[in-house]
Amino acid sequence: MKSNVARFWREIPHRYNLIGNKCESCKRVFFPPREACPYCRRKSIGKMKEYKLNGTGKIVTYSIIHVGPEAFEEQIPYPVAIVELDEGPRVTAQIVDCDLDDVKIGMKVESTFRRIQEDGYTGAIYYGYKFKPMRTK
Amino acid sequence: MERMQKLLIFYIGSEKMREVAIIGIGITKFGELWDKSFRHLIAEAGSKAILDSGIGGTDIDAMYIGSMSSGRFIGQEHVGALVADASGFSHIHIPATRTEGACASGGLAVREGYLSILSGINDVVVIGGIEKMNDVGGGSATETLATAADQEWEAFFGATFPALYAMIANRHMHEYGTTKENLAQVAVKNHANGAKNPYAQYQREITIEQAMNASPVAYPLGLLDCSPVTDGAAAIVMCAADKAKKYTDKIIKIIGSGQGSDTLPLHGRRDICTLDATVHAAKMAYKQGNIKPSDIDLAEVHDCFTIAEICAIEDLGFVKKGEGGKAVEEKITTLNGTLPVNTSGGLKSKGHPVGATGVAQVVEIVKQLRGEAEKRQIKDPKIGLAHNVGGSGATSVVHIMEVE
Repeated sequence: MKSNVARFWREIPHRYNLIGNKCESCKRVFFPPREACPYCRRKSIGKMKEYKLNGTGKIVTYSIIHVGPEAFEEQIPYPVAIVELDEGPRVTAQIVDCDLDDVKIGMKVESTFRRIQEDGYTGAIYYGYKFKPMRTK
Repeated sequence: MERMQKLLIFYIGSEKMREVAIIGIGITKFGELWDKSFRHLIAEAGSKAILDSGIGGTDIDAMYIGSMSSGRFIGQEHVGALVADASGFSHIHIPATRTEGACASGGLAVREGYLSILSGINDVVVIGGIEKMNDVGGGSATETLATAADQEWEAFFGATFPALYAMIANRHMHEYGTTKENLAQVAVKNHANGAKNPYAQYQREITIEQAMNASPVAYPLGLLDCSPVTDGAAAIVMCAADKAKKYTDKIIKIIGSGQGSDTLPLHGRRDICTLDATVHAAKMAYKQGNIKPSDIDLAEVHDCFTIAEICAIEDLGFVKKGEGGKAVEEKITTLNGTLPVNTSGGLKSKGHPVGATGVAQVVEIVKQLRGEAEKRQIKDPKIGLAHNVGGSGATSVVHIMEVE
């Protein structure tokens, strides 16, 4: 589907810098940011505060995609995972910078800023987060 | 539901909630139906159901039509009116409403029709479900199905729809020791059932080896773990039970109806391996019917992928969480098992025209309860359950039916 680029740039803070928000009432962190906290609901209105996630977490589950959409066809086969970030929220993203066989449930990962896809219609390149194995120090 | 019951008692002043019966069923062949259009298919299913029920066109108070994405599949929205028109009811101006909840669109139509009779507003409703998926190419059909997932936070990052169920499968294997062979066993069973269903897309059996060695789609799922792209339609006629005798003797009552929702993306769920929307919908339906999961004689569950059937039999309470794979291995869910599941062949083998699926499941349960399921008929079932899921589990609808 062809979309106006505004649909993508309005998500830039979240997709580029993992900006979510935090409920000042129960201290839960959300990503992407929510209008209201699902747990505190009316108590949270006006109390949702911008919060930057640090981008580290672990793989909850994953899949290796062998049949993909046109925009990702050149990357096949590629791993996609649900990552639980240290602050609590979970996100879906690609895992990069490792062999397919290295991807495991429980693996520690960190976010990295990458090109996600490009739109042949508008010519826009869309960036965002992927995750790579956490560097051991 | 409780609140609704109280409201109904208040407004109608009756001691007991109205009862609703299914008095007619109709279904088209499922498959790649190149010579059949959207409007042809729904009119065929609808007229079969109407003829089966004994009602006439002027008896119909309303129509509800489930369609997931007619806009993307055939470039046509506004299909409530289109279906009324194609069925020949435009000149009598029957109210016609379309429901959408991704692959649960059909189940939602069943529930909306049911609620409209319970409300006392309608006595006779016709419910249809339809999807014409093959008028676009395979890639385009897959992309349309992916719109059931979260476009901004799943699909944008490269997750495909099969990949979401693959991630459920991978986690289920990790937590409970479910095997790829268990997944294959679901596919083999459903193909064996589909081979006995003349309306099924794939009327052929497959082997465990074929299922396990099929080309990979999204690890750990292969091609034979996935339901196909299908054209097809199904319809039922529902009637207030106290008026049903006027039209037919073949009466199947709806004794429970439930619906639940959850986060749109899979990653937002409380537990990756549990569809809480299904747990919620099932509880609602069991409570209304005053029955337990063990009272169910057969079930049509939403096996869009093989792992989905394993999760479904757990989430519907037939087996404990984590024991779905073992239940399949022990052949509990085969035609001769203690709880036959997907006697129609399920979405896997019968086919999955998304908007039609929720209605087609009810058609199969009614056939079985009437004793009209021919070669796949199970012995004297009394209570059957239909379970329809939208997306990776953000919508779930459950209906329980009983022979009068």
